[in-house]
Amino acid sequence: MLHTGAHKLNNALGQALLARRLGKRRIVAETGAGQHGVATATVCARFGFECVVYMGAEDMIRQAPNVERMGLLGAEVRPVEFGTQTLKEATSEAIRDWITNVETTHYLIGSCVGPAPYPEIVRELQAVIGREAREQILAAEGRLPEVAIACVGGGSNAIGLFAGFLDDAEVRLVGVEAVGAASLGAGRAGVLHGSRSSLLVDDDGQVLDAHSISAGLDYPGVGPEHAFLRDSGRAEYVGASDEEALASFRRLAATEGIIPALEPSHALAKALELQEDLVLVCLSGRGDKDLSAVLSR
Amino acid sequence: MKTLAIYLMCGAATPKLAEAAVEGGADIVELGFPFSDPLADGPVIRRAGERALDEGMRTAACLECLAATRRRVEVPLIPMTYASLLEAYGYDRFATAAAEAGATSLIVADLPVDAEPGLRRVQLVAPTSTDERIALAAERTDGWLYLVTVTGTTGARGDLSPALRTLVERARDLTGLPLYAGFGISTPEQAAAAAAIADGVVVGSRAVEVAADGPAALREYVASLREAVDSAPLVSS
Repeated sequence: MLHTGAHKLNNALGQALLARRLGKRRIVAETGAGQHGVATATVCARFGFECVVYMGAEDMIRQAPNVERMGLLGAEVRPVEFGTQTLKEATSEAIRDWITNVETTHYLIGSCVGPAPYPEIVRELQAVIGREAREQILAAEGRLPEVAIACVGGGSNAIGLFAGFLDDAEVRLVGVEAVGAASLGAGRAGVLHGSRSSLLVDDDGQVLDAHSISAGLDYPGVGPEHAFLRDSGRAEYVGASDEEALASFRRLAATEGIIPALEPSHALAKALELQEDLVLVCLSGRGDKDLSAVLSR
Repeated sequence: MKTLAIYLMCGAATPKLAEAAVEGGADIVELGFPFSDPLADGPVIRRAGERALDEGMRTAACLECLAATRRRVEVPLIPMTYASLLEAYGYDRFATAAAEAGATSLIVADLPVDAEPGLRRVQLVAPTSTDERIALAAERTDGWLYLVTVTGTTGARGDLSPALRTLVERARDLTGLPLYAGFGISTPEQAAAAAAIADGVVVGSRAVEVAADGPAALREYVASLREAVDSAPLVSS
């Protein structure tokens, strides 16, 4: 199932097992770029679940190949044609479907956001990233990294990475947001999709649009545990621009032969600016999906 | 006497519409303060909210709308909104400003019963609520319990939800407070059937649709609901 191309599968697989345990045979999910939708469609095909993925009509045009992959995997992709027609509305619509069909349906949320206990569930399922990264770096380097760094949209790969190092006080934890979607850097307290966190909202509490070249970071909210880590000082959050992410995308491809997704390219950009010697970057997904976006710039 | 509550979205025409609703027989008027991401709302109220936001109905304008409505009617007025507005305005400050503008209580659709216990508001319970949750909501609610008749969002349905009867029976065992049923009630027949089971009904989406045709149409529609609620049969299935 690794062809799904990102860390999203860790969560989709775990929640599919949860759905089976709950006796639910129908899955709804939201997707922005389509990565979580593809991961969800994949596990639904594997477990024989009915799968409905909500996706903004605008995103369906921008991410047409993923729409086709989901269809191939047997999922129904439903366009969401109101509001900004992106991830925010797709999430609202998936939640509306879930609360309407809750007897039969599990909502397979894609990030560490949403109503309790979803942020915890997703963090636990993604914590495999931090556990394995910790083991691997100890095996390879014989010591812990000085910094662990990951991109943050909703924040699931970062919260999973951080989970492995939270108790290691000497490890700096750094989250990198897109500057146009900096819910932590530029946000304020608000309530969206059932959780209170740091959000891009205006003075009246109305949710603002996020903007990023990377659809996976294009969300005006962030997991509440990240807001807590920011406020407690355990983790720090910085922003990377579209241009910085693009430059890192090209540099990793040219120097290491690895084509990263645009999302972790934000983390790479800021990793290059760090003074420390041993830096652990979470490369949360591969960049095939982003080639056309990058090459068109 | 059963209670009839009518929901209207805040807007320039709302004070006159609320007056018409009261003339038609509404006992309570709920005033929607629009939010960009209204999770509990179906298409009709969602679109009405989008239009209201486009027309500038932000919190301050909604409070003015509330005050203007209060100058025209004497029935309880209840702002219904989402937590993000209160988070931005300040929970206490919002409650104070709403009360000063004439609000009788508040409904915050996405604020769980155990959050912000200091904020007096009408609590909602749904068919999926546990008995413990219903009991806590009854303990904390402001005067009456809002029974969400369906699992799902606001908006008209073909039939009255069969889940309502069970929900009313469960809530009756836990509280003596009035129980008003809302979500999915749009026709006089549904209102009568719901009023036969519960102590009152709340009509939202259909009222918002009819309100687009002006005060006279709304008055007539609310009067049809009033008649239906007052003639509610003693037994209904």
